[in-house]
Amino acid sequence: MTDISWIDPVLRAARPQVVGALTRYFRDLDQAEEAFQESCLRALKNWPVNGPPRDPAAWLILVGRNVALDDVRRRAKSAPLPADDAISDLGDAEADLADRLDNSHYRDDVLRLLFICCHPDLPAVQQIALALRIVSGLTVKEIARAFLVGDAAMEQRITRAKSRVACADVPFEAPGSAERAERLGAVAAMIYLIFNEGYAASGGTQHLRAPLCEEAIRLARLLLTLYPGEPEIMGLTALLLLQHARAAARLDADGSIVLLDDQDRRLWDRDLIAEGLALIEKAERHRRAGPYQLQAAIAGVHARAAKADDTSWADIDRLYGALERLQPSPVVTLNRAVAVSKAQGAAAALALIEPLAEPLAGYFHFYGVRGGLLMQLGRADEARVAFDRAIALAHTPAEAAHIRLHLDRLMKQGATGMTSNGRKSF
Amino acid sequence: MLYAFLCCHDEAVVNSWTKIEDDAVLAKRHKVTEKLAARGKLGPALRLMPTTAATTVRMGREPVVLDGPFAETKEALLGFYLIECASLEEAIAIAKDIGRDEHVTFEIRPVKLFLPQGVAS
Repeated sequence: MTDISWIDPVLRAARPQVVGALTRYFRDLDQAEEAFQESCLRALKNWPVNGPPRDPAAWLILVGRNVALDDVRRRAKSAPLPADDAISDLGDAEADLADRLDNSHYRDDVLRLLFICCHPDLPAVQQIALALRIVSGLTVKEIARAFLVGDAAMEQRITRAKSRVACADVPFEAPGSAERAERLGAVAAMIYLIFNEGYAASGGTQHLRAPLCEEAIRLARLLLTLYPGEPEIMGLTALLLLQHARAAARLDADGSIVLLDDQDRRLWDRDLIAEGLALIEKAERHRRAGPYQLQAAIAGVHARAAKADDTSWADIDRLYGALERLQPSPVVTLNRAVAVSKAQGAAAALALIEPLAEPLAGYFHFYGVRGGLLMQLGRADEARVAFDRAIALAHTPAEAAHIRLHLDRLMKQGATGMTSNGRKSF
Repeated sequence: MLYAFLCCHDEAVVNSWTKIEDDAVLAKRHKVTEKLAARGKLGPALRLMPTTAATTVRMGREPVVLDGPFAETKEALLGFYLIECASLEEAIAIAKDIGRDEHVTFEIRPVKLFLPQGVAS
């Protein structure tokens, strides 16, 4: 077969495990990456001829290790270069290594690699960029495009992030259970950040950034494969699947945000929704609610509603209430207020968000929601002030455009009898 | 004889396909299964959700419910076709046809009992 397009997904799939194992072996990220690159090159030469090895990851790890060792020897000039075909038949050695790559090692390698990227000294953007480069194997160019910056700037950012984590002391021994749980939490948060980078995209940038969402889902599924019994990882995966399921309906032809109520639900991806709901059900059996599970459950309530009017706002109110107790935050309260406005009316919701004015003084969605509620209550002047503030705080042109729509409606129709659209799109 | 064509594949690889790659595989296979359907040879076919969505119930003195698939192997059962084949030779030829240009593995297993309505007669 001359077509070698099948190799690419195999290398992509093997990458986290291989780079993770090589990092443990070399205790050096750069060296591990170089060795991985080299083993990929050899795979591209070898696999089309000999077919795929039984265990591609084991093959790549072994070759990567050997190549690096040869390199060391070559530099030491103590041994002649090995012939290339010396590594072409790895049969027994590969099987042997595969046996030794037991699951716990594999798990810890991948988790460590992800964990290295979410070093607390790194700003969120650098964590994400590093993970996309090292774990996912995206090129600097691809990452730069997703972040809408130049290649050189991104290259510099990643290099800086790398040198920062290089000095960090990440232990290479197998972590204890408390440490493993801590790493898992940090890694889950980072995967969520990656997703959000893609999800927050809008307008002309959306098609550039959507791959970030898909990559985050792939990483979440990978994490869940490694830790199949962790309800929060099920919740995280479900949350990403359910949110991504709405991708096609979230922006209109002009790239403006379409809010949940107004979305064409026929555009929602039913496969992703079904998988997300299945994971929520699995997670619930564990009776250990967590923030990801609750957020996924909220997304699940929306996903189950065939049309916006069918949404069970009482359920959403209850789930946000549980989330508030678990993780009190003004943003969560703000979101609950939207459910409250639906279930109990705008006045109740407005009372709920009044105390948030201070903590959320710089938050776009606060003023969007507040303006919407005021508009519903016929308080047009106050609504206008809130919307103006929202526009000033908007992060994307689409966000600002959306608020301007409300202002236009206020201008044209007056404030009475309007329904609010000023809620956050989930 | 009725055969089950069990599609076994490295799940991490399938998860790494882009949407375009995934769609291309399905479209390619559809061309083959369409012909089988036209000849009345194709029975139910299905694709399973990722093994992360699986739950395993292991019966014993105390039934145990576990998250994840039955076997933690690289190659997982991702779906199957039921196809009526005149002979093993034909079944093998069909497997080669469906899997053309892929690196999938088919386990071809003759079906012993088939209850399309799920009711034993």
